Amino acid sequence: MGLKQNLHNLKEKYKGTKMAPAFNAIHTFLYLPNEVTHGGTHIKAADDLKRTMNIVIMALVPCLLFGMFNAGYQHYAAIDSSLRTDVLANFFTWDNLWIGIIKVLPLVIVSYGVGLGVEFIFAIIKGHEVEEGYLVTGMLVPLIVPVDTPLWMLAVAVVFGVVIGKEVFGGTGMNILNPALTIRAFLFFAYPTWMSGDKVWVYDAVNRTGTPDAISGETILGSYAQNQEVIYSNWDKFMGFIPGSVGETSTLLILLGAAFLIFTKIGSWRIIVSTFIGAAVMGLIFNGIVNADIITESSKFYGLMNTVWWEHLMIGGLAFGAVYMATDPVTASQTNKGKWIYGFLIGFISIMIRVFNPAYPEGVFLAILLMNVFAPTIDHYVVQGNVKRRLKRTKVKTA
Amino acid sequence: MSKDIRIKKGLDIKLVGIAEKNTTKSSLSSIYAIKPEDFHGIIPKLVAKEGAEVKAGETLFYSKSDERILFPSPVSGKVVEVIRGARRKVLTIKIAADATQVHKDFGVVDVAKMSEQEVKNHLFTSGCWPFIKQRPYDVVANPNQAPKAIFISGYASAPLAADLEYTLAGKETELQAAINAVSKLTEGKVHLSVGANSNSVLSKLTGVELHKVSGPHPSGNVGTQIANIDPINKGEVVWVVTPQDLVVIGELLLTGKFNAERTVALTGSQFSKPQYVTAIAGATISDLTKGNLNADNTRIISGNVLSGNQVEEDGFLGYYDNQITAIPEGDDYEFFGWNKPIFNKISTSRALTFSWLNPKKKYDLDTNTNGEHRAFVVTGSYEEVFPLDIYPMQLLKAFMIKDLDEMEALGGYEVAPEDFALTEFICVSKQPHQKIIREGLDLMRQELG
Repeated sequence: MGLKQNLHNLKEKYKGTKMAPAFNAIHTFLYLPNEVTHGGTHIKAADDLKRTMNIVIMALVPCLLFGMFNAGYQHYAAIDSSLRTDVLANFFTWDNLWIGIIKVLPLVIVSYGVGLGVEFIFAIIKGHEVEEGYLVTGMLVPLIVPVDTPLWMLAVAVVFGVVIGKEVFGGTGMNILNPALTIRAFLFFAYPTWMSGDKVWVYDAVNRTGTPDAISGETILGSYAQNQEVIYSNWDKFMGFIPGSVGETSTLLILLGAAFLIFTKIGSWRIIVSTFIGAAVMGLIFNGIVNADIITESSKFYGLMNTVWWEHLMIGGLAFGAVYMATDPVTASQTNKGKWIYGFLIGFISIMIRVFNPAYPEGVFLAILLMNVFAPTIDHYVVQGNVKRRLKRTKVKTA
Repeated sequence: MSKDIRIKKGLDIKLVGIAEKNTTKSSLSSIYAIKPEDFHGIIPKLVAKEGAEVKAGETLFYSKSDERILFPSPVSGKVVEVIRGARRKVLTIKIAADATQVHKDFGVVDVAKMSEQEVKNHLFTSGCWPFIKQRPYDVVANPNQAPKAIFISGYASAPLAADLEYTLAGKETELQAAINAVSKLTEGKVHLSVGANSNSVLSKLTGVELHKVSGPHPSGNVGTQIANIDPINKGEVVWVVTPQDLVVIGELLLTGKFNAERTVALTGSQFSKPQYVTAIAGATISDLTKGNLNADNTRIISGNVLSGNQVEEDGFLGYYDNQITAIPEGDDYEFFGWNKPIFNKISTSRALTFSWLNPKKKYDLDTNTNGEHRAFVVTGSYEEVFPLDIYPMQLLKAFMIKDLDEMEALGGYEVAPEDFALTEFICVSKQPHQKIIREGLDLMRQELG
């Protein structure tokens, strides 16, 4: 085959030069390399890191497509609330998709363009291969930001996230914090007005502020935090016809993604399940506090504490965080026992922050980042259990 | 009393080219070779210089660290070449075999009347000591340490492994004599394992504790069995012998001759007729595979596909090996090989890989790495194929950063490189697990003794 031979010749030509990693990244994207085993096992299983990452991206695509339609739907529904009466008829329309194409696709392109650019530069400077970690991060980032996030902001955040969140630790596999969440956290703390409030979640709402055409798109969490009623039904919340970050709204599609990740054995079911359990437990505790009349309706925490525990699992970023972010194997706990503890605490703390954070009624990304930091500690104690068992064996013998 | 071993975690790698139960006797090779590297950790002191005439069983070299450990010539003939590498390290000793073989006579002995020391001395002088290996460190046993037990795995679960039931048939007397001898070397028990449904001659031996093993590979690895029966603690040593080497020891005791002949399985898709041949350790590969091997772009392995050594066609059978595997090389590119659905390769995930659909299918795997080397990313997958009570990734990382305290605490004494063959096979990051373990064990041995 011509292309195969030409690329092989080019690879030999670039070998050992500065540009080799950049060329190899493109080459190995097209062709599985011709590398053979040396020493060790003579055969290898079919999976490599590219395949693993690709599965996660495939699991994210439904969320992205839905998010594109939802971007348009929320925009038009904010202008004309009668659209909400028949969601299914007014959701999958070309107009909605067009808004998605002009608003969401640029986020994806900027995320990948800037992030992979940084990756290539680091690979060339440090002389290692371009690693696949960013393939997933680049897809996650546009899905966890508000649709109206300015592109330059996203670009700045991606540079920060990839350099500080990952490359300074040595690249893919070495990072302590989830890079996508590092990017989200940077945006949140650097540009808080663009990441919260009732304007950023709906396309064009910011521009129209102060004009007669002003529209609003408060998230469900935002409404609850202000002790307001929400206009969305549980059906809307589960299906995802609600304002929120681009890809996080549809619990249904996220659960389908989770099923796919668990079936392919790429995502850890332990983390996903335990995160939901942790969130449910915290939700139940808050429900209990409300039932016991410990706080009154006038309390500023009432709205979110009174939210039924299972509703907490559908709204905000909890499901998305549990399925796609907490399961990042590099930053999560690495032992099976540790994964249960790690996931449970993420769910538990997420809801806690969600209820108590006065500035921003969501806590999933903060909870995951926090647990990223504690994951090695959890693992340490789990592994110490194994070490102790081993020592005990010796003592039984000598005693 | 028998204690059964049931292994749940693991993976049977089913490959094309299992050996048919049909043995041909190979003719004597003209050249035999002994590679000191087969005896890991031994620094050889050469006795037989180039040009020397040796009988089968006569010493070629001894261990620098213990002069009693002798390494014999498998055949009688003339030492024609000693190939040396960097810093004059002896790589290969080639012997041109005589047409009629002469064996050095070590005398017929009656094991029942021998003391532990006499058995040891007999094994030393006859060059049979290197058949006894030890854990920790997976090296030739140090005769100065007393083993708490001796383990013999009579169950081969590695891919395409030689069927021991078949290759050991008719060797009861030799095996029993050898068991009687090695059982004198330990105060503890001699543990012998056989497959759960096996009718092997091994299950008729006396003086051993018999274990029935079932479950996927690595259930046949002696390391897995040790961990299940009597795990190694700090300061303890166990010794390990393979059944085929017991036959050699047994024949020595009964006849006084050192005869390193064994039945070798020719396996893998590149053999036109995968079957068994008889061969003496160190035989030239091409003499065993003549007329049977498709050598075009083929990887020839002395041993199995997981932990064997690559050899050339004009190379030699490893000292401990009873299997030669030949599989296709995989030095070709595959268009979009990283994301298209895969039906012809094995995988433990279901990431558009479909080997889970058909667990009985036999695969013709090649030597392609199926991806590039990366840092550890995926977690939790090794544990599924690793039956020891050890955290495999944590141990590997401790070995990589050479943290001796951690290596010891996490179970470094209990592992051998072959225990990490399956985790290496499935590793998404294509890390060289067995190499990491080997280097770590060498460091532990050097620093901790």
